[in-house]
Amino acid sequence: MEWISAIMQGTLLGGLYALFAAGLSLIFGVMRLVNIAHGDLIVLAAYMGLSTTVMLGIHPFMALLIVMPAMAGIGYVLQRGILNRTLGGDILPPLLVTFGLSVILQNTLLELYSADPQKMNAGVIETASVPVGGLTLGVLPVLTFAIAIAVIAGLQFIFYRTALGRAFRATSDNSDIAQLMGLNKAHVFGMAMALALAVTAIAGILLGVRTSFDPSVGGARLIFGFEAVIIGGLGNLWGTLAGGVILGVAQTIGAKIDPGWQLLAGHIAFLVVLAIRPQGLFPRVDH
Amino acid sequence: MVIAALGLLVLAAAPWWAGRADLRLLGEIYLYLSLAMLWNLMAGYAGLVSVGQQAYVGFGGYLLFALTMFGGLHPIAAILAGGILAGFLSVPIAALIFRLKGAYFAIGTWVMAEVFRLSFAQASSLGGGSGSSLPVDVVRSLADSRSGREALSYWLALGAAVIVIACVYLYLRSNRGLALTAIRDSEVAAAGLGINIWRTKLEVYVVTSAFTAIIGGLIFLQKLRISPDAAFSVNDWTAFVIFIVVIGGIGTLEGPIIGTILFFVLRETLADLGTTYLIVLGLVAIIIMLKAPKGVWGLIRSRFDLELFPLSYRVRTHDADKGA
Repeated sequence: MEWISAIMQGTLLGGLYALFAAGLSLIFGVMRLVNIAHGDLIVLAAYMGLSTTVMLGIHPFMALLIVMPAMAGIGYVLQRGILNRTLGGDILPPLLVTFGLSVILQNTLLELYSADPQKMNAGVIETASVPVGGLTLGVLPVLTFAIAIAVIAGLQFIFYRTALGRAFRATSDNSDIAQLMGLNKAHVFGMAMALALAVTAIAGILLGVRTSFDPSVGGARLIFGFEAVIIGGLGNLWGTLAGGVILGVAQTIGAKIDPGWQLLAGHIAFLVVLAIRPQGLFPRVDH
Repeated sequence: MVIAALGLLVLAAAPWWAGRADLRLLGEIYLYLSLAMLWNLMAGYAGLVSVGQQAYVGFGGYLLFALTMFGGLHPIAAILAGGILAGFLSVPIAALIFRLKGAYFAIGTWVMAEVFRLSFAQASSLGGGSGSSLPVDVVRSLADSRSGREALSYWLALGAAVIVIACVYLYLRSNRGLALTAIRDSEVAAAGLGINIWRTKLEVYVVTSAFTAIIGGLIFLQKLRISPDAAFSVNDWTAFVIFIVVIGGIGTLEGPIIGTILFFVLRETLADLGTTYLIVLGLVAIIIMLKAPKGVWGLIRSRFDLELFPLSYRVRTHDADKGA
């Protein structure tokens, strides 16, 4: 029973990892950009949530109403102001610019909030639990998982059912022809980054409610998100959710064996998938 | 050539004219220069943009401690052995992470470095998560006096930098270096000319990993203390190195040298500012990448037709004049 409980906990944790990964996956899908600062942007969202809850005295989930548009705005400006200039054939500029951004974000947060771990207080929901068939599940992890499913379903809807999604797919397939058809590539990319960072805002708030965080934890969040994307297979958002679940389960099982093995077990699961199925478990099927 | 040789002689004599703090700083500069040269060879020439070279820095450092403490090896032998083992270890790692393309390769190298860090943190005989210090008798085996040890570790750092620069330069001037440049310029064309791209990149990865581990051993021979967080720090051994190369000029041999000098000038003047210094460094790197992607050396070269390390082909007008 203990093991089943560990697997359940890991599955629910996977929802959070899928939220870390969704933004990463989205911007890679649209503009082939890998954002090294992604983890630090998640942490930035967590700090913005913290400041909002402290200043306005509201619940962290209410803070999303402010943090999500703010992060989306940052995303749009970042993309149009800086990142669009780095896109092209060469992979070096986007990589190095986002790497520099990561260092700037980390140290700015360090300057503003110090290195002390912080946490957001979400009240009774943090400790509430529900009995499910002999197991006791935390309400917050279950809610996180449900949010992850809703976010991915929402992204799928935007991608395949709306004009914005059509613009994303068209620019991704062939940006030159998309431009000829009257799409403004710079704007489409800006919108994609805005959407990705709106998702990042959700991930950051849920991270900050679940555990304590400090300015240095961004790198690990980027790695978890990246592992979920690769395990699940590039370009498939539901696969990314499955990848997050696999990573979460591997970590909780590893932690059950020996607390020092938690993170290592997750990395090993990723490397095993990379060795056996480098395209990921559920890669996108091109029609 | 003569100036370079004289300069080297002056630097080699530093233990007699420099103070202890200066000696330490110079040693650190040589080791950073070596790391920058190696990263530049990988990223600037072979297109392998890694953000996980701290894996090998830490590995070399830890092997110095493990082999001297439990294997009874002399520190210098332990450092070299660490380099060779890192080279062997990097082959299966490359087989795995070379499956990731472009930027995903970069994050894959980071995952690998994390695996190294977590694994060494599990090694309780090496102090686990809190690390350990190099035992006194091992330190003594280098030289009896403190100044003798400091001079020796200085010369080792200088020697390592000279060897790394010479090896990278000679490699780039060789046939293989030519193949590497061809791959950088166009993979498709290079493959068409019969160059085995995967093998050439593997060679570069293995050799730089081995050298990086040796430099790592030397770094922790200077520090005399190691812990997983210091040994596998992404800031110290990758972020700084990347900034050095980008600011100096990626894909040139002069770039890392200029970048190292600028980096240490900035560090010595802005060090009191703490985190602000890192923010400035990040901003400078982004601005350079956007406005002058060839770095400071690229700016100098576009003004003056200069080359410290002749690597490019030149049209000789001299012979043509004679014919006419």
